[in-house]
Amino acid sequence: MDIPYTVERRPDTGLYNAKIGVWLFLASEVMLFGALFSSYILLRVGANPGTWPHHWLDWRLGGFNTIVLITSSVTNVLAWASLKLNQWDKYRFYQGVTIFCALLFLGVKTYEYVDKFHHYEIVLKDGRIADGHIQPDETTVEKVVVEGHYVKEHAELMDVPPTVVHTKIEIPRSEIVTMQNYGPAHNNFTGLYFTMTGLHVLHIIGGILVIYMLWGPLNGMWKTDPERYTNRVEVAGLFWCFVDLVWIFIFPTLYLL
Amino acid sequence: MQSGHQEQQSHATHDDHGGHGAEHHEPGFFGKYFFSTDHKVVGIQYAVTALLFMLFGFSLMLLMRWQIAHPGQAVPIIGELLLRIHGADMIGKADNGAVGVISGDLYNSYGAMHGTIMVFLAIVPLLTGAFGNYVMPLQIGAPDMAFPRLNMMSYQVYFLGGVTMFASFFIPGGAAKSGWTSYSPLASITEASHHPNGQTFWLIGMVFLITSSLLGSVNIITTIIQLRAKGMTWMRLPFFVWAQLVTAFLLLLAFPPLEAAGVLQLMDNVFGTSFFLPTGLMVSGVPFHSAGGGSPLLWQHLFWFLAHPEVYVLILPGLGIVAEVIANNTRKPLWGYKSMVYGAMSLGFLSFVVWAHHMYLTGMGTRIATFFQTTTMMISIPSVIILTTLLISLWGGSIRFNTPMLFAVGFLPMFGIGGLTGLPLGFNASDIQLHDTYYVIGHFHYVVAPGTIFAIFAGIYYWYPKATGRMMNEYWGKVHFVLSMIFMNMIFMPMFFQGLAGMSRRMYDGGQTYAAAGDMPGLSPIILGLNGWIFVAAVCLGVAQIPFIINFFYSMNYGKKVTSDNPWDATTLEWQTPTPPGHGNFTKHIEVYRGPYDYSLPGQDTDFTPQNEPGKPVPDIHGHPVHS
Repeated sequence: MDIPYTVERRPDTGLYNAKIGVWLFLASEVMLFGALFSSYILLRVGANPGTWPHHWLDWRLGGFNTIVLITSSVTNVLAWASLKLNQWDKYRFYQGVTIFCALLFLGVKTYEYVDKFHHYEIVLKDGRIADGHIQPDETTVEKVVVEGHYVKEHAELMDVPPTVVHTKIEIPRSEIVTMQNYGPAHNNFTGLYFTMTGLHVLHIIGGILVIYMLWGPLNGMWKTDPERYTNRVEVAGLFWCFVDLVWIFIFPTLYLL
Repeated sequence: MQSGHQEQQSHATHDDHGGHGAEHHEPGFFGKYFFSTDHKVVGIQYAVTALLFMLFGFSLMLLMRWQIAHPGQAVPIIGELLLRIHGADMIGKADNGAVGVISGDLYNSYGAMHGTIMVFLAIVPLLTGAFGNYVMPLQIGAPDMAFPRLNMMSYQVYFLGGVTMFASFFIPGGAAKSGWTSYSPLASITEASHHPNGQTFWLIGMVFLITSSLLGSVNIITTIIQLRAKGMTWMRLPFFVWAQLVTAFLLLLAFPPLEAAGVLQLMDNVFGTSFFLPTGLMVSGVPFHSAGGGSPLLWQHLFWFLAHPEVYVLILPGLGIVAEVIANNTRKPLWGYKSMVYGAMSLGFLSFVVWAHHMYLTGMGTRIATFFQTTTMMISIPSVIILTTLLISLWGGSIRFNTPMLFAVGFLPMFGIGGLTGLPLGFNASDIQLHDTYYVIGHFHYVVAPGTIFAIFAGIYYWYPKATGRMMNEYWGKVHFVLSMIFMNMIFMPMFFQGLAGMSRRMYDGGQTYAAAGDMPGLSPIILGLNGWIFVAAVCLGVAQIPFIINFFYSMNYGKKVTSDNPWDATTLEWQTPTPPGHGNFTKHIEVYRGPYDYSLPGQDTDFTPQNEPGKPVPDIHGHPVHS
């Protein structure tokens, strides 16, 4: 038994099955991320004045990652077009660049995550707040060493001017009231940052795994059924461009606004 | 599910269109029943699993009804067993020393899991997973679903979700306790000392179920768009297929926001974020440790954005089944087929803009409430259109009252009561009185229990001969119907009176503490006394299902054999396959010439003209032959 229209197009719809399937899937993904963006809006609009942070993320890293992802989408489309033109080597090259870009993106993202987990807000017994990156090598059971600065009130941390001078601060553990890193639990901004980018990273990993499997281990189908193989690359590419598009919305929302 | 003899028969009929060699080797037992990609096997897997979950959800309800009717008394017979399962924290001793008193926490678990299981593990999988999978591809003349392996995965992921939900009863702290709605912050602070707790299991289970429904709905929509047989144009689709299409779109687009909400709540519960936890939250007089700034209303918006369309997911395929059965047994076309199709589409669109009518009392503001009140009144129009067309379809038919038809006809007034009692809840002024009372419980159970579940029974009795090659017993089917009808009403009708009297739906002692609250005007003994009657009726309803269960299994091997592939003399394509259909469904070329309900067409040899029959010319009003 064969399912019709797995490869060839149905005349009245002009589409093969998987293409409709992936577009429907993307529609559902729009609703998934749409709900997260709506949550962002509701939580931000509902936040008390002065409690929503600004400029906590480095726009240069985010911007770089945006360019990386857009590049990967372009090469992804070029790779598919090369298959259509029957140029296998070009496909291998372009899709290789796509995979490289995805890994580059994940690398930068990892750096950003690690940076946030090392960034601490430390409330001292004298009421001051130390804010900065922990120095794991120098921190011991007795003292905590951070590279950062002091502020008088928590609200000052919501928008730290870029001119602030960072120095090495040593704090005896006995002086510390609370100490919390900029992980998801820090406040709703970091929570949303980790949830939205985390879910996005999962999509990146899933997408690139499929693209890699088609590019490398499973590319034998190009010999046996080139049309179907090209369709698979197209479907994976549609998903990839969508994931890229999600980032294009995440970047300004979290890094710039 | 079929006897060995029939298996052989069906394979024999399908050998002739093979020729793919490797594809046609005989699969083993596991390959056939657990890893089958055949949409019919997947459909039956869904049906059996979901029916079992429905029975389980029903038993939870029986325990709750015992507790409401006899608070503080030990559950008879299975008290010791409950103690073993739930432990001494959850199961207490009665004053007379008997073991088996359900604690408030356990009651909450049962309530939350009854709702979750009935909605997400029983009704929806039965409607879309079982009937959608089994019947829809047959009705459009397709050899299978568009993505057979995704279909198999959809069932497996659903099964995992079910296992996760079921397992949560046995972990420390027990299953989720915050209602099937899992409102935050309650859901984040309950059992916060245990990790992972029942709520974590609930959320992970929901992620599985949402994934399963995503795979299923993509598959259903693609199949309907792409795999319709030649000549099967949109307005020739049986109404059931339309219902499945709209339902699949609802599942596709409404479920993801709940998935997002689930992820956010999981972050709240496991990683300490505070998306739904407001600033200054106090738990038992102690400040709750979180960053704060979250919004409990946000959870409710995200939840009901799914859960209102979900209501139409629960009812639309039911209407589809009833439409098929009614057309078949009145022996005439559905009255107003197009109105029904447009009605179903309007229902689909409108169902996305009515969700906040569940939230009138949350303080979200009267302007928003007014908006949602208006849309809620609008959505009642297409519902009434569909119900009315079904009712008018009965008019002038020579009706065959077999078991499926009895359930289908019984569905109409039950769904009518359920729908009409919803109107006072849709107006926010009257909702202030009725919100969170038993009136609400009565209302939505009339829609889903004697409504959708009757439609499901109708569907099972109707398509059973196609799936097994044997009929279910008519006499016991009728007994099943009459008893179910009586006891369903005995259970749910009194709830309207209790609700109007002000009985809250959340009281685990059935409102007795409230009634005994000193000088306060409490609930009258008559209203409270209804609790006892409802419990008795619920037990009787359970007993009334025994004929069905025996009938279902007995008839598989011993039921009356069907004499033709089309035992009900139906017009739609699922009856044009061999019985039971083999892998690949149709053994002949299918081309569609006509609409789905050409019953009693003039000038034909029979009173039914299947969709793939070119048919004879239909005479005009003067008796002259004219081509249709």
